[in-house]
Amino acid sequence: MAKPKKKFRIEVNEEWCKGCVICVDVCPTNVLDMKDMLSKWEGMVVYVKDIDKCIGCDLCELSCPDFAIEVYEVPQEEEAQSG
Amino acid sequence: MKYHRKRRHKVAKRLEVMSGNEAVARAAIAAGCRFYAGYPITPSSEIAEKMAELLPKVDGKFIQMEDEIASMAAATGASLAGLKSMTATSGPGFSLKQENLGFASMVEAPVVIVDVMRGGPSTGLPTFPAQGDVMQAIWGTHGDHAVVVLTPGTLEEVYLETVRAFNIAEKLRTPVVLLLDEIIGHMTGDVMIPDDSELEIIDRPKPTVPPEEYLPYDDSYGDVPPMGSYFEYPFHTTGLHHDKTGFPTTNPVKCGALIERMLRKVFGNREWLEKNVEHYTEDAEILVFAFGSTGLAAEVAVKWAREQGIKAGLLRPLTLWPFPEKRVYDLAEKAKAVVVAEMNLGMMIREVERAVRGVTPVYGVLKANGQPIEPPEILAKIKEVA
Amino acid sequence: MAFNYKPYIREDKFPNIWCPGCGIGILMKAIIRAVHKMGWKREDVALVSGIGCTSRMPGYVNFNTLHTTHGRALAFATGIKHARPDKHVIVVSGDGDALAIGGNHFIHACRRNIDITLIVLNNMIYGMTGGQVSPTTPAGYRASTMPYGNVEPNFDTVNLAIGAGATYVARSTVNNPALMERQIKEGLQNKGFSVIEVVSNCHIQFGRRNKMGDQLVLRHWIKEREVPLRKAKDMSPEELEGKFVIGTFVKKTRPEYTEEYAKMVERVKGASK
Repeated sequence: MAKPKKKFRIEVNEEWCKGCVICVDVCPTNVLDMKDMLSKWEGMVVYVKDIDKCIGCDLCELSCPDFAIEVYEVPQEEEAQSG
Repeated sequence: MKYHRKRRHKVAKRLEVMSGNEAVARAAIAAGCRFYAGYPITPSSEIAEKMAELLPKVDGKFIQMEDEIASMAAATGASLAGLKSMTATSGPGFSLKQENLGFASMVEAPVVIVDVMRGGPSTGLPTFPAQGDVMQAIWGTHGDHAVVVLTPGTLEEVYLETVRAFNIAEKLRTPVVLLLDEIIGHMTGDVMIPDDSELEIIDRPKPTVPPEEYLPYDDSYGDVPPMGSYFEYPFHTTGLHHDKTGFPTTNPVKCGALIERMLRKVFGNREWLEKNVEHYTEDAEILVFAFGSTGLAAEVAVKWAREQGIKAGLLRPLTLWPFPEKRVYDLAEKAKAVVVAEMNLGMMIREVERAVRGVTPVYGVLKANGQPIEPPEILAKIKEVA
Repeated sequence: MAFNYKPYIREDKFPNIWCPGCGIGILMKAIIRAVHKMGWKREDVALVSGIGCTSRMPGYVNFNTLHTTHGRALAFATGIKHARPDKHVIVVSGDGDALAIGGNHFIHACRRNIDITLIVLNNMIYGMTGGQVSPTTPAGYRASTMPYGNVEPNFDTVNLAIGAGATYVARSTVNNPALMERQIKEGLQNKGFSVIEVVSNCHIQFGRRNKMGDQLVLRHWIKEREVPLRKAKDMSPEELEGKFVIGTFVKKTRPEYTEEYAKMVERVKGASK
């Protein structure tokens, strides 16, 4: 049986996010998008639109200037071998 | 007439022949200086050369930096990293150092800056004496800043005042400007050097809290915050106005408190800092005010005046700043004239006039042509106003 | 897999002052990761800066930090390193701070090969003071003091560093934070003077004055001009005009200043015994 696809969890610090959109821009699999937050200078912050598409490349975390997004691997149970 | 000075007889460890510049270097090492950063400039280069020779022998660090500005910066950096540090220069270099001198003042780093004054302005007269940097020593860097300025005269004073410069810098966490001039820097004679054990050496106040609790500008201990060195006490500091944590602030209450404390640090210790040499001042009718090498000439002039029946006296400050305004006033009040002799066209005379507050007329023996002011010139003025 | 930056940052100072999308924060994180991977204790690291947007970094990181005068960070850092050669000293500087007013200190630190790592964040403008021209502003582009277009040619930071004698010289951009981190780590590992240039976007001053769009547009503008070193070797100077060559240019060994000084001290002390 194939190993299950790795799963990831993304945490956003909305207080520190400046809505610069860099993470959305660098994400290769369209996991992220922006939502309105009018109190922010740019009027928006990032949110996780589709976590299942995340491949854990870390580009969003590495490219975020503000420590506002982190990617964690979610520990997976091994699927039991059948037979 | 012969010029001679009365030799003071003291019990001393050793009698050695050296120049003023050498005396600065030797005294610095004795005071615990272990870092020197400098740049060659006449007539101060011998200080750098002597430090280059002496520092490696005591595990100290010497570096000739690429320019004067870098020298002031490196000396300040080393001070923040825990070493007693010094730099030396002359007029043009002193001008260059001003920004970083102000930085040292702002971050409250102990540093000794020696300025061996020469003819100015600009390139001026590199090999001739002057006293034209005195105002700059006090006011040269922008903004309200704390600085102490010392003006030794004799070779022995050069040695002892260099040690005192380090002590003041460490105790008050401030830059100290030690002013020599080309005459003092190069004059060579015998110096009664005290044994190192006879010297009082003061170190910067150390923190009493663990590093996690250390605040670099904690004023709860008084006007001089304890100073931890980098790496043992990690901290942040900046040339921007900052609060007791060392981080920048624009809060008017904190900024006002900071700058007032830094000035109070120096001016509140006026009594401890003030140091004058006085000759025949008990009953002086003509008060002479002079410092540095001009002060030595004034000593002779005043002595001759007394020999000729004129009640002249000399106030020769070793601490030029904070200015000895009270002493000047008290002596001027009892005198009928004050004569200020300086190798510039009128700098300290303004401070004297300010201190005298019009109670006695003030006259100047002022010269800025590269030639020293000699005793006959001062005597002539004394006679003129007597 | 998320890197824990917390021990290395002064959280109470955040959010930081840099504009949304500015690359300085990306550099700061890369420096932290590189320091961590060196296994150094934070108390043994000093971060020194001059004046400018990049030079605001020391306030945010939990090291021994010193924010000095414009252009003089390397001189202060030299004093610290010479006083404590056993410790680790990093300098961050902007293009104006390092190459204009700081130019003299830049070349002498390279020449001395003192064990300090300098990271120059090059955003091709004087950002903090409002967008004046910098020694790295490309010719023809506008700045507040070149409102009709820059008439001056610009420096190549890498060439300067190589010419002056730095023993590790590399360049990356904000588009490649992993490479940035690798180069910084190699710089930290180098026992000598290391210069790492990071090309970044100042969309607020450089971008806006040249009507180049926002942070994303400017980052892409940089990316389009990135050329890896191995490819650049086969390109002509004309083809490389206006490009950013990425990679490690120099990695060599030369006597290091504090070590040479220490050897001299031993020699002197031995002779005077």
